[in-house]
Amino acid sequence: MTTATVTPALIIPGAERSLKNSVGLGQTLSNSFAMAWRGLLKIKRTPEQLFDVTFQPILLTVMFTYIFGGAIAGTPEDYLPFIVPGILVQTVIMTSVVTGVQLREDMTKGVFDRFRSFPIARVAPLAGALLADTVRYAIASLVTFATALVMGYRPDGGLAGVLLASVLVIVSAWSLSWIFAFFGVIARSAGAVQGISLMILFPLTFLSNAFVPASTMPDWLAWFVSVNPVSHLVTATRELTTTGASGVEVWVALAASAAVVAVFAPLTVRAYMRKA
Amino acid sequence: MTTSTTGWAVEAEGLVKAFGDTRAVDGVDLHVPTGSVYGVLGPNGAGKTTTISMLATLLRPDAGSARVFGHDVVREPQIVRQLVGLTGQYASLDEALSGVENLVLFSRLQGCSRAGARRKAAELLEEFGLADAAKKPVTQYSGGMRRRLDLAASLIAQPPLMFLDEPTTGLDPRTRARMWQTIRRLVATGSTVLLTTQYLDEADQLADRIAVIDHGRVVAEGTNEELKASVGESSLHLRLVDADDLDDASVALERVLGARPAVSPEAGRLTAPIQNADRVTDLLVTLRESGIRVAEMSVSKPTLDEVFLTVTGHGVEPDQMDDVDAEASAALEGSRA
Ligand SMILES: Nc1ncnc2c1ncn2[C@@H]1O[C@H](COP(=O)(O)OP(=O)(O)OP(=O)(O)O)[C@@H](O)[C@H]1O
Ligand SMILES: [Mg+2]
Repeated sequence: MTTATVTPALIIPGAERSLKNSVGLGQTLSNSFAMAWRGLLKIKRTPEQLFDVTFQPILLTVMFTYIFGGAIAGTPEDYLPFIVPGILVQTVIMTSVVTGVQLREDMTKGVFDRFRSFPIARVAPLAGALLADTVRYAIASLVTFATALVMGYRPDGGLAGVLLASVLVIVSAWSLSWIFAFFGVIARSAGAVQGISLMILFPLTFLSNAFVPASTMPDWLAWFVSVNPVSHLVTATRELTTTGASGVEVWVALAASAAVVAVFAPLTVRAYMRKA
Repeated sequence: MTTSTTGWAVEAEGLVKAFGDTRAVDGVDLHVPTGSVYGVLGPNGAGKTTTISMLATLLRPDAGSARVFGHDVVREPQIVRQLVGLTGQYASLDEALSGVENLVLFSRLQGCSRAGARRKAAELLEEFGLADAAKKPVTQYSGGMRRRLDLAASLIAQPPLMFLDEPTTGLDPRTRARMWQTIRRLVATGSTVLLTTQYLDEADQLADRIAVIDHGRVVAEGTNEELKASVGESSLHLRLVDADDLDDASVALERVLGARPAVSPEAGRLTAPIQNADRVTDLLVTLRESGIRVAEMSVSKPTLDEVFLTVTGHGVEPDQMDDVDAEASAALEGSRA
């Protein structure tokens, strides 16, 4: 008879196990997905932390459209196709700062001692957290577009254009979140992470073509705006939402994202491993 | 005789870890035989947790070396992590998740399939009496429930070596007894357990061998019986009417019984090992002659408490003790002359 017994079976002696000291790619991926599942559960448990990706986009979309709309495009409705991609980019990128801040808080928790004592890929707790946060970016995109639709936004690019634009923005935000994760790993407090990150992000998002066309700016500023990667991302998003087709700007944005990941992912992982 | 590598679960030689100026661990040697319960005793701040952290690869030793089942903790950390389970001094659980979610996450991380992880989690929750609280978030768990869940989490991979850092601190007597049962069953299934504890009776009951650590060094090591024998056959407890007499009494005790007593000034108590109960009569005569009044006296078999207090210098710095003794002894000689 085979009854399930609560007593564990005899433990295999330590000296008789054949073990490897390395972690393969397959295990790294599976560990990262397990950690991402943890991240999603945490989001589910504390829905109030979604405030920044729900109410904030609504507020920004409504505010910016009615404040600047008349001045820049004549009417708020005409301003929508221009401003919505800008707000989308700004909201989602701002959300990626939260990733770094939360990582800092998370890493001080006792459970990280357990992760460190497990034979898992060292990068998994990091990769998992960043992966789970793409859900937050997706929510922010959805809320922004929904608010705009209610306000009368009818993108010419259609559903396909909107979806492609969302994916592009989410991928870019995920890439950027490696920068903030880096601060998250090296900084001593969550407040410090927030401070440094916003100091970098504010100029990057506002000194771009997200809210107003660069043509009205002084030359030196217009030059900065034209090289700012955020501008390229905004332009690419505008192309996708208004035409549904991808132009060269999409590739520029993707290349910039890839460059950020190439530099910051190894840096972050190294700093994390040194700490962990 | 050659010791095969299979004989030792843990071999540590000259482990050192410093935090700034604090030498938390200052040359610890440990040899834990496979299949045994090994107790590590020591006062607060002795370096127990730091030692375990190095053995479990959470901290890198500054000097010395350690092997787990023959695998070096610095060179083969990933192998060592597959061989050990760690239940730290403070529960390392995800507070935001429920009990079952914690166990499923940890099982998934250790390579269980989705269904396998669920089954394992349910099994462990049942075994540790947490099935009713399975779906509650850990923030709502009591201290004892957390401790049990934490231990359950370390048993997922059925590691052949378990580190338990103060596994029963803060548990009520019944829960502690259940924890002891669990530990005994673990050893019965072939696991080796290294545990630290503040409770000497716990070490006495559970451990096959004990190491006493103080100031980052092993100051005594052996089986319970060996350690007890090292501090004398039995011990004498004295409580004085007047605590001011403690120094004089302690000198008298040392002279008559030939061993330095442990002093606890607050309680006005003296404790000293005695080899020969006959000597107690001599001691009482000496005390009467010195005008020291005894409120209470008893003789008992040695406990690990005595071992602990004796080898760790009674919680008072040894050199300080010497000073006190020298003065007291001079005073007593003076009064005699
Ligand atoms: N991360 C750290 N940074 C600085 N000092 C530390 C750190 N961890 C431990 N120490 C110091 O090292 C010494 C040993 O600490 P450890 O935690 O190993 O003691 P312990 O024997 O476990 O004590 P307890 O019984 O109180 O748990 C202490 O003096 C402590 O202050
Ligand atoms: Mg400790």
